[in-house]
Amino acid sequence: MTVSFTLNVNGAATEVSTEPRRTLSDVIREDLGLTGTHLGCEHGVCGACTVLLDGAPVRSCLTLAVQADGHEITTVEGLANGDELHPVQQAMHEAHGFQCAFCSPGFMLSTVALLAENPNPSRHEIREELSGNLCRCTGYHTILDGVEVAIRALASDGASGGGDA
Amino acid sequence: MKNPPFEYHQPDTLEDAIQLLAVYGDEAKVLAGGQSLLPLMGLRLVRPSHVIDIGRVAGLGAISTESSGVSVGALVSHSMAERSEKLRTNAPLVHQAMPYVGHRAIRNRGTVCGSVAHADPAAEMPAVCRAAGASMIAVSSRGERAIEADEFFVGYLQTALDVDEILTEIRFPALAEGTGTAVVEVARRHGDYALVGLACSLTVESTITAAALSFFGAGSTPIRLGEVEQLLIGEEPNEAAFTTAAAAVRSSIEPSADVHGSANYRRYLAGVLTQRGLTQAASTVGVLA
Repeated sequence: MTVSFTLNVNGAATEVSTEPRRTLSDVIREDLGLTGTHLGCEHGVCGACTVLLDGAPVRSCLTLAVQADGHEITTVEGLANGDELHPVQQAMHEAHGFQCAFCSPGFMLSTVALLAENPNPSRHEIREELSGNLCRCTGYHTILDGVEVAIRALASDGASGGGDA
Repeated sequence: MKNPPFEYHQPDTLEDAIQLLAVYGDEAKVLAGGQSLLPLMGLRLVRPSHVIDIGRVAGLGAISTESSGVSVGALVSHSMAERSEKLRTNAPLVHQAMPYVGHRAIRNRGTVCGSVAHADPAAEMPAVCRAAGASMIAVSSRGERAIEADEFFVGYLQTALDVDEILTEIRFPALAEGTGTAVVEVARRHGDYALVGLACSLTVESTITAAALSFFGAGSTPIRLGEVEQLLIGEEPNEAAFTTAAAAVRSSIEPSADVHGSANYRRYLAGVLTQRGLTQAASTVGVLA
């Protein structure tokens, strides 16, 4: 059995025809070629595959691609504006939040959603909201630091009336 | 993990969904958020020939208050429930359980009704339903019925739902005046399934007039300890009463052992959580003596 539907990813609509059993993560990576969405555990534990569905973080490995029909998906490829990094990407870079960076797309998308809803979370709230993303390199502190750098960058962008987020 | 093949159905109405379920019965599984079903399918623990995606069925996404309480529709996600003022005031146990349910991304997709229909005995929502005395509304082509929480959870991942029924709604009864509630648990890692957890409530009019102790992670279903609840009735809500209750819990509960914890350790935790949960519940109504 195949199903056909429109997948809206990073503002671009693509007609997809696929088996309904295939996950959103597999279709994003294999059919759309957007391999920035990483697959770690593939059963909802590690958070590497996190994408935004209508702005909210979801596990793309625990979502069927067909369930995304009619929704707006954002992947890590949708964050930067050309060569200009998204403030969250820039902040993670500055705070050494990347090591092997396998987990980074998931962390950054979770962070983008968190800061869109709560522009000034406490360290505790950051830990709570990112608790569904696993990192095996950094020990987390530099990632949490990166979120705090992003908070300051976004606040000063907002204050100066600029900003690209 | 890659899901096994299945025929996919996307009904627009509840009527269409129950007709599909009437045709396919136990060859079908109902998909809402998929946060329990998709891992089970990936692990080949279930292998339905038909998946009926109710995600587009109109009328199942509401949290509504009635004089008799508050109801949660089949498509209400954990995140929606977490942010609902109606649930915070009318079914506080649901609200209190949310920080323990998975993680943000899981709560954004997973539904309250889905967790209850999945009936994992270590999950929070089934135990909350038993503590709150909720009713599950099951709809099939044969009609609609309400199943009380005490009758709903029949075994490990097993419920009283028939193969052609959809859990469309959970109704939480109105809280009696003077009722305090709490959800407490111990997990190895925050967001993991609990080693043991407790959803509890106390109703107090100078002394305790009603109590509910509903444990999760302590058996093959969520467990109500009626005898211990009876011990609390007529007592003042104070440390001595809660200590007695905790001791009674330790001697009556029979958790099983697994790689994460021995039966003895879980029994010990159940007592700790009894003391902690009842103290919190009493403090939420300001009656801690």
